[in-house]
Amino acid sequence: MTSADYSRDEIMTVTAARQLRNGAVCFVGIGLPSAACNLARMTHAPDLVLIYESGTVGTRPVVLPLSIGDGELAETATCVVSLPEIFAHYLQRGRIDVGFLGAAQIDRFGNLNSTVIGDYAHPRVRLPGAGGAAEISTHAREVLVVMKQSPRSFVPQLDFRTSCGYLAGSGARRASDFPGAGPRAVITDFGVLRPHPETEELQLTALYPGVSVDAARAATGWPLQVADALETVPIPQPAELATLRGLQARTRHAHARPVRITLPS
Amino acid sequence: MEVLPLAEAIATHVRDGQSIALEGFTHLIPFAAGHEIIRQQRRKLRLIRMTPDLIYDQLIGMGCAERLTFSWGGNPGVGSLHRLRDAVERQWPLPLALSEFTHAQMAVAYQAGASGLPCGLLRHYAGTEVRRVPAASVRTVRCPFTDAALAAVPAINPDVTILHAQQIDAEGNVLIRGIIGAAKEAAMAARCVLVTVEERVESLRADMNAVVLPSWIITAASIVPGGAYPSYAQGYYPRDNAFYRAWDEIARDRGEFLAWMRRHVLEVPDHAGLLRALGVAA
Repeated sequence: MTSADYSRDEIMTVTAARQLRNGAVCFVGIGLPSAACNLARMTHAPDLVLIYESGTVGTRPVVLPLSIGDGELAETATCVVSLPEIFAHYLQRGRIDVGFLGAAQIDRFGNLNSTVIGDYAHPRVRLPGAGGAAEISTHAREVLVVMKQSPRSFVPQLDFRTSCGYLAGSGARRASDFPGAGPRAVITDFGVLRPHPETEELQLTALYPGVSVDAARAATGWPLQVADALETVPIPQPAELATLRGLQARTRHAHARPVRITLPS
Repeated sequence: MEVLPLAEAIATHVRDGQSIALEGFTHLIPFAAGHEIIRQQRRKLRLIRMTPDLIYDQLIGMGCAERLTFSWGGNPGVGSLHRLRDAVERQWPLPLALSEFTHAQMAVAYQAGASGLPCGLLRHYAGTEVRRVPAASVRTVRCPFTDAALAAVPAINPDVTILHAQQIDAEGNVLIRGIIGAAKEAAMAARCVLVTVEERVESLRADMNAVVLPSWIITAASIVPGGAYPSYAQGYYPRDNAFYRAWDEIARDRGEFLAWMRRHVLEVPDHAGLLRALGVAA
């Protein structure tokens, strides 16, 4: 297989999925995180426990949900609990190994913005807001982030800090006594960024085949540091690609199915 | 509890200027009730909902809302709520004040309201700026036993909570199945509870630990089949994900939005009329 046989989106999702170990308990964000988590569950991590903030625990969807609370998630779950319970009993109580998030903006210390672009009171773009992300980034033992990389999204300064990464870095998060350790990896459409062991600044640790350091730097709004040992991400295996494509095809089909409601006469 | 036609339930119990929570997390969103509020042209409502979803996009775009208390305001899996954005970014059709929280904060705020407590508590950690948003008024307090830092969130007690549910029995008890979000807490926190249901049955045949709202908790109920469409009712019909995608285009443009609302909400008598106009029901 060559890099022509898969898209950048596909290798991003496959690489994100590979970050999850079998048996982990994972709190899943919607969109790219959800695709990666389900791909992991359908490939190398069959015992991955997926939890969505809609209260669906241990869910095993056959098609990807469009929303965080599609019926598919409830029907295939071990149990369905209330919103207060999922955030209190599961997240705040410390039962989540991995939080898997996306965002509109990220800074060099892995802090995330999903609230506003511009000033809070007079935003240029009003984004959806925190949802579960702020508490997931606080309480999950570790966080994975998957986001497409561009100077607009990888910014020197967040417009609003919705969720915490390493704050100002160099141990600032540890000093604040957060239960969770913070972002372990940021998977992008260029490669993988991980925090520097001391400064906690995100640095490029792996690139996809055929992607250059210069291209990754050009897609980053701060001077991107590169790890001493820069790795090349292994290309997607045929089984990974087939599973991902099958999942996406089933999802497209399911989401296009017309809804019919029979009214009583 | 009385069973009323939906138009009468809204006319009797929903007034201008009230705080109103239409709950249901992705599932069982009371669209029919929201549309009836739009038809009856309620104004200056202080809307409360964890995930505003399309129904609040519509209420906001039609000028019914003065304030929004929320924790995630997007079209799930699709993108923006364009009417919400237009109101916040360009004050169209009216300025919209925001009280913004996180999901966990709103969950404990509803729980506190449902429990007769003035505030809900969370473990507190510095970091997110959501707690510094002006109107959110989250404060830090100390645990009197351990001295741990806690975030206190003021209780939410809506004037009216409106839910959609699957079934009501002959005595007026209501059963909710599937993803329940904070529906039960929102109901128990409210001064007035309105419910729309898919159908009336003789007996709920509910499991002992099922989510059942006893009839005497409920102010009024209305039988509205399909009342959660385009969201869904587990066991009745699925979420219309294609409609949620289509809404992105409809809501992007003010004129197209108003034309859609006129044709599908204002110019039809009830929810069955909307379902027929959209070709969802025969």
